[in-house]
Order: sequence, then structure tokens, then C-alpha cells
Amino acid sequence: MMPTDLTYLRSSNGIDWSNIDPAEIWQATQDTMSMLGLSLIFTIILGLIIGVLLYLTSSRQLLYLPVFYSILSFVVNILRSVPFIILMIAVMPLTKEIAGTTIGVAGTIPPLVIGAAPFFGRLVETALREVDRGIIEAAQAMGASKWDIVRRVLLRESRPGLIAAITVTAITLVSYTAMSGVIGGGGLGDLALRYGYQRFQTEVMIVTVILLIILVQILQMLGDWLVRRISHK
Amino acid sequence: MGRCCPGGINLIELQNVTKSYKGRGGSVDAVRDISLQVKPGEIFGIIGHSGAGKSTLIRCMNLLERPTSGRAWFGKTELTALSERQLQAERRKIGMIFQHFNLLASVTVRENIAFPLVLAGKSRKEYAARVDELLALVGLEAHGDKYPSQLSGGQKQRVGIARALAADPQVLLCDEATSALDPQTTNSILSLLMSINEKLGLTIILITHEMQVIRSICDRVAVMDAGRIVEMGAVLDVFLRPTHAVTRQFADELSELESGTPLPRREGSKLVRVHFVGEETYEPVLFEAVKGSAVQCAILQGTVSRMKHTPYGQLLVELSGPERDIDGVITALRSNGLDAEVLS
Repeated sequence: MMPTDLTYLRSSNGIDWSNIDPAEIWQATQDTMSMLGLSLIFTIILGLIIGVLLYLTSSRQLLYLPVFYSILSFVVNILRSVPFIILMIAVMPLTKEIAGTTIGVAGTIPPLVIGAAPFFGRLVETALREVDRGIIEAAQAMGASKWDIVRRVLLRESRPGLIAAITVTAITLVSYTAMSGVIGGGGLGDLALRYGYQRFQTEVMIVTVILLIILVQILQMLGDWLVRRISHK
Repeated sequence: MGRCCPGGINLIELQNVTKSYKGRGGSVDAVRDISLQVKPGEIFGIIGHSGAGKSTLIRCMNLLERPTSGRAWFGKTELTALSERQLQAERRKIGMIFQHFNLLASVTVRENIAFPLVLAGKSRKEYAARVDELLALVGLEAHGDKYPSQLSGGQKQRVGIARALAADPQVLLCDEATSALDPQTTNSILSLLMSINEKLGLTIILITHEMQVIRSICDRVAVMDAGRIVEMGAVLDVFLRPTHAVTRQFADELSELESGTPLPRREGSKLVRVHFVGEETYEPVLFEAVKGSAVQCAILQGTVSRMKHTPYGQLLVELSGPERDIDGVITALRSNGLDAEVLS
């Protein structure tokens, strides 16, 4: 696809749809989807653990541990306050350790998860706080252990809130995957950056942005539909 | 009374239980040095105004609230001496229902009722029949697959009761179980509780601020005020002869509930409160005592009703006539075994 003639110059002035290579766009879309899918799975797992721990150890909860809560909460805040693009570069050594590479789809998963899990963890904490304390008390009265309460009460009762949190997080991850193009992550963001920005192929930029908008819309609609389906309030 | 679980006579026993909370302005005692015993099979009520410490007290019986000092027994087991895990096992034998029902919103009625059985490690196959049985017991056969949000308050409390009974508990703790319900629904829940008590021999301990609840189903009652039990005994004894101001308030509430505020007394007469209980209710004692004397008798307020199964009457009468004759009538009433109290 390296432009070798002067058509490349022309494309910077006007729209030339012939610049679009469907195969490349398709490849980039697949890369974005796999980055999103994989990072979302790990973010959910890690974020649920963070969120449940934040909830349980906060004041007047089942496992009240003020020091632990303060430390975890502080770490979460730090990770959330670092702009993703800087975080991505800062964790490169760690990424190399975990994924064996810092580029491509595999190389983007660790920074995506490190960036999104604290965010999702906070959302989980908030969703769990919405669970009526009376229900937890009733479970305790029935002889439920703390683990029973987490598994059978908290995570179950907060499902609509958790699905909404996953939706918001997935959408955040879509924009993070776009940014990861900067460090050679691939995907739609990478495509937009390399062709649309660096080579002034505006039409590639437009197509990728439209695809990202469609992706976000689908995620939001799917999330809302799921919440409606499982909500029995 | 011996130190250990006095021979297993009591199902629930509290010994000198105090619960204090640390607040901003120092510590507050929600429950102060309370001792009580509940026998198997009885319905024991605790009544008090809000903030009297009832909720804390009932939670000290299954250690949802751990007493600051004192001991709690369940049968022969001292709950306050158990580890977390042992306590969880004991709690399965103590059912509890709540003012706001506290049902899981995300699962069906059937799954709510099965919850204690799932906690005990039972599979769906094992608990299905038991859940059907419980649905029938509380009259919700048609609602098993609904979600709690589709039920009325009374139905939700029935689910709460079925869930509390699922693991075959020996005692049922009721935390203001009818306070969020309208009077009619309250009555239907109360008769359900009474029939469970009679059919299954289940011991029931309830807290309430409604005299109606105590009067309809309780055998014994404790009156709470500011963290203490100020009076305790058989419901009839406590409310027909109240000694503490709070008890008297509740007793008055009951007679007003049934017969309105009393009419004022006229000049030159005496106001007398007459109680009669059980078979006496059918005797024409008041009529007999006045007959032949120069005393006139007017009933200013009167209740003839029942406390649980026992008929009782409480009349506020104005006796007018010569003072000596009035005294004679009062003596005659008392010698006939009635309780006559001169109020003014």
C-alpha cells in the first residue's frame, strides 16, 4: 500500500475513496475486536476482584480493613489519574514481561487491562453499594458465609449495575484500543493514525471513525438490552 | 437458675446482655443489661416505641449484633462463645423475617425460598419438593415463578416466612414483620404466624410497636423502654395491670383502639376501672354489685375482647351516689374476684 506515485499528494487535497483498502480495514477491525474482547475479559476478572475487595474492606462492611482499603483505593486512584497514553508507555517493561512483546494485539492487552481494570473496579464498588443492606443481613441470618454473600447475594443482586458498568468499560476500552495504535498496537486507531493523519488520507480516517462509532453504538445497545432483560426491580 | 443453658428448658436465653455503640458523642447503650428466657413453643413479643432498642435486642439473639457484654444462648449452645463458622451453622436453625422482607430481587419466589437450602448445599432436585410444600404452607402456590417485584407486601412477607422456615428452624425471629403492611394484611400474616406456631410447634419471638400484634398472638410480652425491659410477663397480666408508664401507654392505646377515648366523669362521682378475665367475662358481677345499693353506675368506656384465646373485659365506670355505698360496691366487686381500681 505504500504510495509510490503522485496520487498520494492529490489525496491530501480532496476525498479519494480509492485509497480505501477493504482488506486492510477488515484486518484492522478484527484486530480492534480481538484487543477489545481479550482486554475486556481480563479487565472484568481483575476489576471484579478489585471492586469486591474495595467494597468488602470499606467502612461498615463485611471485611472492614481500613488500611488495606486506603492503600488499594490510593493505587486505583493513581492508575486512573495517569492519562492512558502515558500509562501505556510507562508499563512497557511490564508488558514485555507478561506478553513477551510490546507491539501488536498481544502487546496492547496488558496496558489496556492495567488502564481499564481500576476504572471498572470503581464501577463495581459503586454497583455493589447499591445492594440493599437488608438483603445481606437476611443472608447472614440464614447462616451465609462471607463468600456465600459475595457470590450468591452481592454479585447476583448487582447484575444489572455490573452489566451497565461492563458496557461503559467496553466503550472506554474501544477508545483506549484506538490510542494504542500510537505504540504500534494495530487496529482501527492505528489505521486512522498511519493513513488518515500521517499520510493525509482523510477518507481512511472517516471510515475508521464511522466503524468505531458503529462499534460503540452496538456495545451500548447490547448493554442496555441485557440490563433490561435481567433487571427485575 | 444454673449457669449453663438452664437444663435446656429455654430455647433462647439472654443473660445480662448489653450492646453499646460508639458514636461521636461517646458511647450509647442500645440495650442495657437485659436477661430473658423464651420457652419452646411460645410466642414471645417485645414491644416498645421506636428507638427503645427492640431491633438491637432481637439481633442479639442470632448475633447479627454481637453483645458488648453478656451471653446469648440458643438451646444448649452458647452463641456468644462460638467461632464464625460454628455460628453460621447454628443460625440455620434460627429463622428470621424482616419489616422490609429483604428478598433477593434478582431471583424468583421459588429460588428465594430455596436460598437457605442452597446455602446448606442442597441441589435443585433435592429442594424442589420442599419448596412446593412451603409455597402451599404460606398460600402462594400460584406465585412460585414470579419475581418479588410482582408481589404485594403481604405476599412478599409470606415468601419471607416460607424462606425462614425452609431449613426447619426451631425458632422464628420476627423483626417488625407487619409494620410495613396495612391492617388487613397484618391480620392475615398474624394468623399465618399463629397457625405455624400451632401446627409446627415453632417458637416465635417478635418485636413490634403495635399493640394489635401483641394482643392477637403473643403468650408473653416484654415492654422495652430506653434499652431496658421495664415489664415482662403474660400478656394479660402486663396489660391489665400495667405498672410502668410506657406499659400503661400501650394498654391505653389498646383500649382506645377498641373503644375510643373515655367520656369525662361528672361531679360527685367516682371513676373506677374494672377488669375481668376468662370465665368472669360471662358473669353479671357488676350488675349484681350495684343491685340493691343506692349507687348508680354508668359505663363511660368499655372493652370486651380477647387476648389471643382468653376473653377479657375492661370497663371504665362512673359510680355515683353516697360515698359509703360506692365503697361498698367496690368492696363487693373485689370480693367477687374482679380487679377494681379507683382512678379518681
